[in-house]
Amino acid sequence: MTNTGTPLVEMRDVSISFGGIKAVDHVTVDLHAGEVVGLLGHNGAGKSTLIKCLSGAYQADAGEVYINGEKVEINNPRDARAQNIETIYQTLALADNLDAASNLFLGREIVNSMGFVDEAKMEAETRKIMHRLNPNFQKFNVPVSALSGGQRQSVAIARAVYFNAKILIMDEPTAALGPQETQMVAELIEELKKQGLGIFLIEHDIHNVMKLCDRASVMKNGKLVGTVNVDEVTDEDILGMIILGKPVAQAA
Amino acid sequence: MADTPPTTTDIPSNDTDLSPVGRFLRATEIDTRLLGMIGALMLIWFGFHFYGVIVNGQGFFLTPRNLWNLSVQTSSIGIMATGMVLVIITRNIDLSVGALVGVTAMVMGILQVEILPQYLGLGHGSIWIVTVIVGMTLGATIGAFHGWLIAYRGIPAFIVTLGGLLIWRGCAFLAAGGKTISPVDETFALLGGGPYGAIGSTGSWIVGLLACAGVLWMLYSGRQNRRRHDFRLRPMWAETFLGALGCGVILGSVLLVNAYPWPKGIIRQWAARNDIEVPAEGLFISHGFAIPVLILIVVGILMTILMTRTRFGRYVFAIGGNPEAAALAGINTRWMVLKIFALMGMLAGLAGVVASARLNSATNALGLLDELYVIAAAVIGGTSLAGGVGTIYGAILGALVMQSLQSGMVLIGFDTAIQQIVVGMVLVFAVYLDNLYRSKSK
Repeated sequence: MTNTGTPLVEMRDVSISFGGIKAVDHVTVDLHAGEVVGLLGHNGAGKSTLIKCLSGAYQADAGEVYINGEKVEINNPRDARAQNIETIYQTLALADNLDAASNLFLGREIVNSMGFVDEAKMEAETRKIMHRLNPNFQKFNVPVSALSGGQRQSVAIARAVYFNAKILIMDEPTAALGPQETQMVAELIEELKKQGLGIFLIEHDIHNVMKLCDRASVMKNGKLVGTVNVDEVTDEDILGMIILGKPVAQAA
Repeated sequence: MADTPPTTTDIPSNDTDLSPVGRFLRATEIDTRLLGMIGALMLIWFGFHFYGVIVNGQGFFLTPRNLWNLSVQTSSIGIMATGMVLVIITRNIDLSVGALVGVTAMVMGILQVEILPQYLGLGHGSIWIVTVIVGMTLGATIGAFHGWLIAYRGIPAFIVTLGGLLIWRGCAFLAAGGKTISPVDETFALLGGGPYGAIGSTGSWIVGLLACAGVLWMLYSGRQNRRRHDFRLRPMWAETFLGALGCGVILGSVLLVNAYPWPKGIIRQWAARNDIEVPAEGLFISHGFAIPVLILIVVGILMTILMTRTRFGRYVFAIGGNPEAAALAGINTRWMVLKIFALMGMLAGLAGVVASARLNSATNALGLLDELYVIAAAVIGGTSLAGGVGTIYGAILGALVMQSLQSGMVLIGFDTAIQQIVVGMVLVFAVYLDNLYRSKSK
């Protein structure tokens, strides 16, 4: 796959450290519209930390973020949302005591002309989007703590998809899912890709990476090992990068 | 489900496998927890009354006079309990509210007794307004300062407000050198209740009818809203039942407060002042709703709207449910905590108004131990100390339960030591019951 032109997102030379440990060390990654870039690496390689700098959960110590070629400041999750960056966290980041609609619209509630939260409208919208993503979903009026892992996941996904994201960050979206739900997420990723979204996908399952991603960026110990076009390498090549931390000779 | 009022219930209609009681509860969507609390309240009320009947030959609890007094006594704790709900939902605690009542009441006392009359003249009509504004602003400022220390300086709420408890109680003492400031401005004193500080028979009927209209309007607009979005409707009989119940409770309380007449002495004083001849058989002038009770009701309504209909309320619940998720959703959680403590402080200032007006003086001990009653009221009312769950009406009912226990024990002649023991045990037991309830409803 060839990507020409300005990338949708470019994270340039990003570093962040916690208590002297460099969690992310001068990493540069980019993402084009209509592309899925996998972020791979062992636990603790710095993938989630890197992505949290883009979603506004962390502030990078150094480095820049460019969106459509323009430098942007992302200091908090609101800034990220304002740039149409949506994130599905590994922990899902749901308020367990609230129902699906409240979680979906958390921080972006629909209000009526008097400034009051329009609960009925939010629920109706939630029903619509959930019907599209997960037609079996019925539990609209119970706290999300009462939902199964897959149902919770679909609430988190709905939250990211509903607000017309241009850039989607998915941190292990299928980790808690069964085979059928995993397939559903895969189809969703394909569909969103067709719509022109750029997706960063953190994923451990190498088969999913080979199937879903266009490119893969591999990290180890906070450093970027390399970025490869997925259809030019084998899964062994990628596993080698993850385990040994050595880039493959792409020219070969 | 105690956190946000459900707009719909979309559990499939498998009503048939429920008992009649279950079907009734589902159709009316009455919270079982609310029923439990009302049951406990009734138990306390009838218990004290019949204890009086059996032991003293006469029950004093279920009389218009006692219930009217009970409503006034509940006001200041109830006002603060509505704020404590927010504090506890967000997994914090405020131990300083009693001291805040003390310090705001003392500052207000000095202001209206020693300072303002110099500039405005004694008994000037705006004294009470300035005083109330200053008192509530002072409370809000102190609360905001606590909130800032907690949210932006990372000191645990327990410590900040424990320090505040000592500091502000000390400030209240220093402000007047330990003196009692009395009497307060005449108009100000009306905010504390008493025969003059109540709205009388006609006023109570007007309030009652307006409240009934409000209940019916809420049921109607709720139904319209559900229809518009194709959500499940309550059966018509359930709507009718709820309407009748709501109006019945409201009109019943109007009848109750109107059944409590002014004492003879007050009538004589009032008649003399207005040049009215008191007939030989006496005059029957009803108290009607006391002003502090109306303040509590208005605060309760406003706080309920705040918690269930605004973004602010949403964020309070979200922070309580999962602070990290709330922050990731773009909610400025620190700023929220600061605002919540400021609101708590403002309500403590308002409670200071009610408490000092009722006493017609500002004393150094005003609000002593109130923090414990307020926290107990919120917790008995179903606010979970683990965070994320709580209701305003629950806290007000909780305050009523606490106050009923307290004044019931006074009526039957328990001494202070036993009162404390009972209140302490009830608090612990209530939290235990709450745990049981939650683990069952899961």
